Amino acid sequence: MANTFAFVESRGGDLRRVGLESVTAARHLADATGGGDVHALVVGAPGIASKTEMIAAHGADVVEVVEHPGLALYSPEVVAATAADRIGAGSYRAAFFSASAQGRDLAPRVAAKLGVALGADVTAFEASGDAIIVRHPVNTGKVIATLSITGTPVLLSLRPGAVTAARAPRTARVEAIAPAMDPASARVVPKELLAGNTAKLDLGEAPVIVSGGRGLRAPENFKLVEDLASAFGNAAVGATRAVTDDGWRPHTDQIGQTGRLVSPDLYVACGISGAIQHLAGMRTSKTIVAINKDREAPIFKIADYGVVGDVLEVLPVLTDAVRKAKHSH
Amino acid sequence: MKIAVCIKRAADMETRFKIAANGMSVDETGVKFDIADFDGFAVEAALQLKEREGAGDVTVISMGPDTVQETLRKALSMGADKAVQLKTDAVPADALAIARVLADELEGGGYDLMLFGRMAIDAANQSVGPMTAELLGVPCVSAASQLTIANGRGTARRELEGAADVLEFPLPAVVTIDEGIARPRLPSLKGIMAAKKKPLEVKPAQVGESRVKVTKMELPPERTGGRIVGEGPAAVPELVRLLQTEAKVL
Ligand SMILES: Cc1cc2nc3c(=O)[nH]c(=O)nc-3n(C[C@H](O)[C@H](O)[C@H](O)COP(=O)(O)OP(=O)(O)OC[C@H]3O[C@@H](n4cnc5c(N)ncnc54)[C@H](O)[C@@H]3O)c2cc1C
Repeated sequence: MANTFAFVESRGGDLRRVGLESVTAARHLADATGGGDVHALVVGAPGIASKTEMIAAHGADVVEVVEHPGLALYSPEVVAATAADRIGAGSYRAAFFSASAQGRDLAPRVAAKLGVALGADVTAFEASGDAIIVRHPVNTGKVIATLSITGTPVLLSLRPGAVTAARAPRTARVEAIAPAMDPASARVVPKELLAGNTAKLDLGEAPVIVSGGRGLRAPENFKLVEDLASAFGNAAVGATRAVTDDGWRPHTDQIGQTGRLVSPDLYVACGISGAIQHLAGMRTSKTIVAINKDREAPIFKIADYGVVGDVLEVLPVLTDAVRKAKHSH
Repeated sequence: MKIAVCIKRAADMETRFKIAANGMSVDETGVKFDIADFDGFAVEAALQLKEREGAGDVTVISMGPDTVQETLRKALSMGADKAVQLKTDAVPADALAIARVLADELEGGGYDLMLFGRMAIDAANQSVGPMTAELLGVPCVSAASQLTIANGRGTARRELEGAADVLEFPLPAVVTIDEGIARPRLPSLKGIMAAKKKPLEVKPAQVGESRVKVTKMELPPERTGGRIVGEGPAAVPELVRLLQTEAKVL
């Protein structure tokens, strides 16, 4: 029986869904290895302590909270030093991070500070003897590697959506701790957080993604994509590189080999050809819908449901129907 | 400014990959290789920084067997000044073991800026750059999509999910490069000729223990898509029905 550690990601004072996924993952591993405790760490500006209940509800036995006015923005050096300190002070079997933009910055720093191995962007994990066995998509998801990782602890960053955050309420002990270094002394200084200009939900969090490509023909037609996203209510907007290159959408919206990797429950591809580099970022979505006027478009080869037609005509009708379906239950 | 860029030789991602007979690696027969995507952006970023200053020196470094010399020559033909091969038969699966080799080489090299691609497109760990920075004890910004350097300080923008942030840092530093900075230039004929005469030093790599071992490689299950629900707006009711009853996402 060994304890497990989870880093709970937050941004702008709110927990990220991926943060709770890492708590759930730690709970699973602890339970599968004899029921050790889950220790969670959350870092932020004063006020972040109000989230401890939520963290405990997902299975943490101890919640370590770092509140500091200098930590309103993610400060890589301070968070890495603090996480390494906390992980080093316990004897954990494994420590979970998120394979999000923040987690992929943080986890390797912590691994190097502790001199331990990191399994990055894992989609599945299990303990086996003294190793942790993980699955990790390589070659843009066209090959899946199984890796055996040894040492204590093993650090893992979890691909967003690989584990579903689930309630497993505990009465957690809350410990307020100080950051391992003074945020004012960090060399890498976070200056500002620029919010995206799309919907309230972002690509890392949303269970549904409505994505648009060059088939939308003009930037103003992205309104149709946004309308469908808002009809779903739980959707974010994505885009292809063709569209971000032309400045129709911000670069942060790009999905694919050189953009974001996403795997939502539902991915709606609107006027997207399905170039291999785009598929690399979304092929693991659970359900894929494609709307394209070209019956031969490669996107139809991986779409569960295809509609052949003009996206400018189909989208308003689909938006209407989705809105009605949402209202009827 | 003295800049180092750590680059990796990687398979062309358009390849239809096959698994080798041992079940633990990708079959490389007939596969084309090149500078890994993000590493190409990093080389381009270094060259542009040098050009903007009108002075400086760009060293490209790659760890691996002799096949990486081709990758290094390509970077030299783009305009890098010299190359270093850290020779080893196989690149370990443990990013920290790789970072240790690179940190040994970079340590004491007097570099102002040490660039990496955001992630190796094949192994997809996105770990080596930040790990190397930690081992060297220098500041690091990972996944920069914009980078400016002035008066010994850098400013970088990082793309987050649906947002971005901006960070400042002093040099020397490690920066890993995301898309958005610069598309890699194609080597000119003159560049290719010049590259032949540029120095390429080969040094043995001291690879330590790897605590990450590949036990299996496999192809993911094929998606059996291809169901066309219908044409035009008339297909919408059936699509919505399927999303509700079959996919259960609505
Ligand atoms: C190294 C590299 C990395 C890359 N990385 C990425 C990446 O990360 N993400 C990415 O997306 N791309 C990436 N690309 C680019 C990729 O190869 C494609 O060029 C891009 O994905 C195409 O975008 P698109 O589908 O919007 O445009 P197009 O390929 O032009 O497709 C437009 C589609 O819209 C359809 N269409 C046109 N009009 C209509 C209409 N009225 N109604 C319905 N359908 C219509 C057409 O039939 C066509 O299929 C990369 C390329 C390279 C070389």
